Amino acid sequence: MTGTLAKPNAIESAEKQWIVRGHERCSTGKFMAWLSPWIGLLLLGLYATYLCLRFGLGETHLDNRFGFGLWIFLDLAVIALGAGAFFSGFLLYILKWKEIKAVINSAVVLGFLCYSGAVAVLAVDVGQPLRSWFTFWHPNTHSMLTEVTFCITCYLIVLSIEYLPILLKNRKFKQVPSFLVFEWELHKLMPVFAGIGVFLSFFHQGSLGGLFGVMRGRPFAFREGFSIWPTTFFLFVLSAAAVGPSFIILTTKLVEKITGKRLVKEDIYRTLAKTTGVLLTIYVALKCTDTLMWLNSTSVRAGVAPWEFYEFRPFGHATLFTEVVIFGMIPALLLLSRRLRERPGLITLGAALACLGVVFNRFVMTIQTLALPTLSFDEFMLYLPNWVEYAVFGGVIAYAVIVYSLSYRYLNLFPQEQDLQLNPKEVGNVPVR
Amino acid sequence: MTATTPANPANPPVQQNRKTRRFGMVINLDACTGCGACMMSCAVENNCAPAKDKITDRTGITLMRVFPVNDRQPMPARRSGFVPMPCMQCEHPPCESVCPQQAVELDKLSGIVDQMPQRCFGCRYCIAACPYHARYFNWSDPEWPAGMEQTLNPAVAPRMRGVVEKCDFCHGRLHLAEDQAALEGNDDYTYTPACVEACPTQAIVFGDLNDEESEVTRLAKDPNSFRFLAKLGTEPKVYYHSEHEWRRNLAERTANGSTPAAEGRNS
Repeated sequence: MTGTLAKPNAIESAEKQWIVRGHERCSTGKFMAWLSPWIGLLLLGLYATYLCLRFGLGETHLDNRFGFGLWIFLDLAVIALGAGAFFSGFLLYILKWKEIKAVINSAVVLGFLCYSGAVAVLAVDVGQPLRSWFTFWHPNTHSMLTEVTFCITCYLIVLSIEYLPILLKNRKFKQVPSFLVFEWELHKLMPVFAGIGVFLSFFHQGSLGGLFGVMRGRPFAFREGFSIWPTTFFLFVLSAAAVGPSFIILTTKLVEKITGKRLVKEDIYRTLAKTTGVLLTIYVALKCTDTLMWLNSTSVRAGVAPWEFYEFRPFGHATLFTEVVIFGMIPALLLLSRRLRERPGLITLGAALACLGVVFNRFVMTIQTLALPTLSFDEFMLYLPNWVEYAVFGGVIAYAVIVYSLSYRYLNLFPQEQDLQLNPKEVGNVPVR
Repeated sequence: MTATTPANPANPPVQQNRKTRRFGMVINLDACTGCGACMMSCAVENNCAPAKDKITDRTGITLMRVFPVNDRQPMPARRSGFVPMPCMQCEHPPCESVCPQQAVELDKLSGIVDQMPQRCFGCRYCIAACPYHARYFNWSDPEWPAGMEQTLNPAVAPRMRGVVEKCDFCHGRLHLAEDQAALEGNDDYTYTPACVEACPTQAIVFGDLNDEESEVTRLAKDPNSFRFLAKLGTEPKVYYHSEHEWRRNLAERTANGSTPAAEGRNS
């Protein structure tokens, strides 16, 4: 997306009018070349979506055993990764960590893309999408999914409202006086929306965990807990809050790598890394406690031998080890240690492992839960998604990349970018927490 | 389906004082030959469309399904049998509480777990929640070859693509029995689901588990009767009966800490 400025022509000079003053961006042609493959993937995703909506979900490899498959697993994963939006909003507006301003715009856009993408996939995943409103009309207040539906819908609206002022700060939009006033007024309300976002996110992240924890018919997933909430409720909230900052680190570093620019000061990464480190350490400790309780108490009362669940390949004991140690303890250690955090490479590694950990945890809860047998004469079953499932999700990834690329090009996603461009030696003057 | 007898203090409407039933089954595993007549009659009774070419045993609709089982012993010592599995009509259905839009409901009058396809939007959370794999999703449009639509049962609505369905102890027959009782001004009725009627060995006994005198209650209380996955606390109303220990040991995934295969050696 970067590069030398091409010879100006009418289209290019018109397009440049939309770019934030002082931001250096690549030529229009180069930008279009970057977008082209993503547009292709988006079109493929739209075609796969058409197949599902026109001919039904028989076009996929989902079946009566794997009612939840690739889409639900990845939906849970992107919603957890998108938690960076609510958590950075919480740090900035509620805890007043001013340095988070450097990434808040990018975090909001990422959150919006993760949530809107997840909702789009859900619309394909359900058998009768036109009946989705039934959940609001005939809500079952005992269902975790009802709570998830309500909160995700409301939070997507909140994210759209949070996205709006970033959008209206575009150079061209700012020329419309009413937009400017609206943006200013909206900006003043942001702490309120951030607070609402935190509240909504807390509950739906938790309820996504609760989805599995309440399934007493699935001893592998079932957990006891406090009051109506199984322990997975709290573990999902904590894991999402823990990896949200890591996802911001990864995406920002990725954009820096692709554009060849410094976008935030190094101290921001260390602050975000430490936040992940602290939360991930607490999460891993609670996860270990929860696993021990499940192994020794919950599952035994359900009439199953829990270690048997780890005898089915490819989900062996290594699954548990990978989830807790490789994707839990190691990134927690990497990001918690002040000495290790001084090395940018280790921050990236720790953030990547933490994000992979939450993705893996969602995979275990969704796919492994359904693959395992329940009845004594059941078989262990596997499922491999087909191209339609991959294409639909690929389309959503493409949508996210396209919208993020446009946002990066025309909006001020990283307020420190200009400072760093003018003074490249400045590595950071933000106090490290 | 609702009673419409005129209001009369001496003869109150059936609706207000309806008898509470708990319809259930006892399936004699020793009598089941695995012939599949229950599956066929169920599909015909409930208007399940013929399977299309691309339908597999993992995507088809078999509201009653007969599973082949064995004691996992090496041949020739291996003992085999069959387990017919309809919906267990749990007293505490794990599928009911998870449905986000109340498309699943435990009917307090009959004890049957009802599924409302008209309200279901096909999220399949109930499928994931059911440990008995008794729920099925309509993966494609139901289609009947020309002429076969004549075989449709007018008492049962076919389900559309994109919704979940399950055994509901032949609700069409239940409704007919209820209508008949209402017409006659009483609440004393019972009926027979299609699978029970079709079984050539009379392996399935159906009735009201609240009725202490009924055969189904007597059989359910027999020491050789059991329910699958009872420790999960779902309280199924479908019981199984066998004189053979290895079959009874199929009830739980692990019996006394060992696998069903190991248990089989003891019978």
